[in-house]
Amino acid sequence: MASDNRPLSPHLQVYRPQITSVLSILHRITGVVMSFGALLLAYWLLALASGPVAYAGALEVLGSGPVMLILFAFSYCFFYHLCNGLRHLAWDAGWGFELPQVYASGWTVVIASFVLTLLFWVGLLAGGSV
Amino acid sequence: MSLRTPLGKALGLGSAKDGTGHWWSQRVTAAALALLGVWFAFALVGLDGFDYQTVRLWLGAPLNSILLIILVATLFYHSSLGVQVVIEDYAHEDGGKVVALVLAKFIHLFAAVAGIFAVLRISFGA
Repeated sequence: MASDNRPLSPHLQVYRPQITSVLSILHRITGVVMSFGALLLAYWLLALASGPVAYAGALEVLGSGPVMLILFAFSYCFFYHLCNGLRHLAWDAGWGFELPQVYASGWTVVIASFVLTLLFWVGLLAGGSV
Repeated sequence: MSLRTPLGKALGLGSAKDGTGHWWSQRVTAAALALLGVWFAFALVGLDGFDYQTVRLWLGAPLNSILLIILVATLFYHSSLGVQVVIEDYAHEDGGKVVALVLAKFIHLFAAVAGIFAVLRISFGA
């Protein structure tokens, strides 16, 4: 079958990015990113279960500069996915479908995700956790 | 060779017949993770310094062990459901798609069991 080389119709790239579409794809991207982040959680737990030496090694890895940046990105992905996920659950329940509401909830998610990430890291640093 | 038309074969079969279960599971695990995730974020902030003894002591408390096991199980299940949809959406070549789907399932299951095993091991004092 010569179905592989058929011309494709214009797709996403012909549309101007809008907050609706951008937040939607971000939800998917942050979800995929966190599926990798979840592996780090399993790694951390395994190290903790393997004794003090293994745990110290894991902390060394997780606490190094580049990895800390990755952890920061993971934490942002978590708070974004959390906020926008609640937005999706509200939609699933039939709430907030009017366009002004969609825009308002969208910008709320954007702001809340940054604020929560910031508060989370302030909490970590203030507690001497990091 | 069948005498039935292609349309006649397809009528009444629906698409895949089990989309609702996947959709609903994703929502229920999302609701659970919203609660568990916030709990875990607060717990992390409370774990001063992340030193070995502090974290072991916190994790060994029965309620924390229970919630963490539920968190790990729900997290990897939710992640598995999500990654599955992403692969189905973007992988168009049948062979590669099946391999990717099965591989993603295997990795999720392995990570979930590893995480739960680790919590149990700590909780039971090994």
